[in-house]
Amino acid sequence: MMHEATVTQGMQRSLLRPRTVFTIGMNAVVVLLTLLALTPLFAVLVMLIAHGLHRLHWEVFTQLPPVPLEPGGGFGNAIAGTLIMVSVAAVISVPVGILTALYLVEVGPDSRLAQAVRFAAKTLTGLPSILAGVFAFGVVVRLMGHFSALAGGVALSIIMVPTVILTAEQAIRSVPSNIKEAALAMGATQAQLVQFVVLPVALPGVLTGVMLAVARACGETAPLLFTALFSNYWPMSQGHVHLSQPTASLAVFIYNMAGMPYKNQQELAWTAALVLVAMVLVTNLVGRRLGRRMTVN
Amino acid sequence: MSEASPAGPRSTPHRGFRGLTPLERITDGTFRGLTWLSAWLAVLLVVAIVFTIARQALPGIREYGLGFFTGRDWDLNKHLYGLLPQIWGTLYSSMLALVLGGLLGIAVAIFLSEHLPAQWVRLALERFGLDKHRWFLNVPEKAEGLLNVLIELLAAIPSVVYGLWGLFVLIPLLRTPCNWLHAHFGWIPLFSTPLSGPGMLPASLVLAIMILPTVTAISRDALLTVPDQLRQAAYGLGATRCEAILGVAVPAAFPGLFGALILGWGRALGETMALAMLCGNANTVKMSLFSPANTIASHLANTFPEAGPEQVGVLMYAALILLGITLVVNVIGTWVVQRTIGGRMEVR
Repeated sequence: MMHEATVTQGMQRSLLRPRTVFTIGMNAVVVLLTLLALTPLFAVLVMLIAHGLHRLHWEVFTQLPPVPLEPGGGFGNAIAGTLIMVSVAAVISVPVGILTALYLVEVGPDSRLAQAVRFAAKTLTGLPSILAGVFAFGVVVRLMGHFSALAGGVALSIIMVPTVILTAEQAIRSVPSNIKEAALAMGATQAQLVQFVVLPVALPGVLTGVMLAVARACGETAPLLFTALFSNYWPMSQGHVHLSQPTASLAVFIYNMAGMPYKNQQELAWTAALVLVAMVLVTNLVGRRLGRRMTVN
Repeated sequence: MSEASPAGPRSTPHRGFRGLTPLERITDGTFRGLTWLSAWLAVLLVVAIVFTIARQALPGIREYGLGFFTGRDWDLNKHLYGLLPQIWGTLYSSMLALVLGGLLGIAVAIFLSEHLPAQWVRLALERFGLDKHRWFLNVPEKAEGLLNVLIELLAAIPSVVYGLWGLFVLIPLLRTPCNWLHAHFGWIPLFSTPLSGPGMLPASLVLAIMILPTVTAISRDALLTVPDQLRQAAYGLGATRCEAILGVAVPAAFPGLFGALILGWGRALGETMALAMLCGNANTVKMSLFSPANTIASHLANTFPEAGPEQVGVLMYAALILLGITLVVNVIGTWVVQRTIGGRMEVR
């Protein structure tokens, strides 16, 4: 913007004119509000480190949650449970999401189905996460008759699917049409076009979407409360993962421990929150990095 | 034919050159079939969610009907179920959050969409004579990018962590000033109760933080779609930057800003964990900012895990009401935004 520079250099701006005062005042207000908006981010991070760091030892990753008044303990099973359920959710949502995005861009871009899918995906983005839990309860928990990691994974996959669809669609759409036409001109079928040209080129962008979705799913609590419930035991034994048992997760661990009146439990909640936020932020930032690299090339 | 659509290779001429081998025919057909199936799955998922919740809510609807909206008690032993306090809490907390988060979110969006951060960093560098130094060439744009990412990271922090923070940091901080307000201005209905712990105000504050990134992202996009000629014309007529923003850019982007607020509201209506931890879970209908309250989502979170069969039917009814409200709000918001920004909506 040139005007600011020319005005200040070319003419004297009287600081006493009401317009100038108003402009300066509004600038100050906007900056103050922006700083105010960012305060919680730093306040949360500082508090997580202040309250959570001193309990961060190896034992919290390897031990089970303590019972009331028991010292020590950890949340190893909760980390394992979160990883298991997010993996289940990814196994369900990533293939469906990417295939749907391929349909939106390559197979039937202007079809009525594509319009319906875009509408559905946007609706799902705004779906309260607790309703994903209610749905998984109504289907999976009712069918199986008990709470399970599988139900938690299904609930999380509903949270992940719209993010994967919409980001993958953008990534696939940004593949230049000239290289697609080159492949078609050489006689590639649509499946070959997608396999050898579209997916490799769009991969970083698609991965960004997947990582953002995974980061979001890791931190979700509401869909797990009455699908996976919680458990004080490991979700796996003797090399087997038990998908049909109630399973702990980091987010629900934090929720449960925060409500307890014991100091040990509350400290563990802070440490678990520190670990969870670190997981989420690292996944989120790595995902963004991947996407940026794509646009640079 | 510059737009030779790769979507229609059935009609493209390559088949004239070279027949497809049977294997190619099969894989191609399978690929198309799979994408078609996935697309249908995504659509059917929405239908299935609505259908499942509605069907399982039927017992509750039959039993309690419209009285569910006006009842104030939730009593297992007396089989009394009313959702009025939760509906009130949901609307009240989300409106409070919207006022605060919307104001902050749009202010940040203006700040970002006018590229003020980059400009100011550049001015600061010029002041020190560093703007031509090769180390600092990209710094203004990088600083602005960083600010964008930081705002988006506000949405990345899990809501349960905000809840924890609110419980152990925000509420103790708020208690003294809130109780001072109650003691001196208790005659104003907003301050009519003391803040003993969890309550409407801390819950709404955290809720405002959580919807801010949504509001900012969409309003920033809406402001960026305002043609630069409009701004330049305003400057040409002698407007200050502030006048150009408030008099030209904001009115031109108004539908988009409105859509951003609606979508932010939709987010606030359905947010669960921060409220479940901070609102106090008391089924009351009060104007006071400091009184404990409840919302539909946090009520579901607190009651569902231990609900018996009878209560599940009633809770499904509550879930159906929440689903209805959020669906309507989100569809309207998406429609408004789509009409103004042209379907280019960021995923969050």
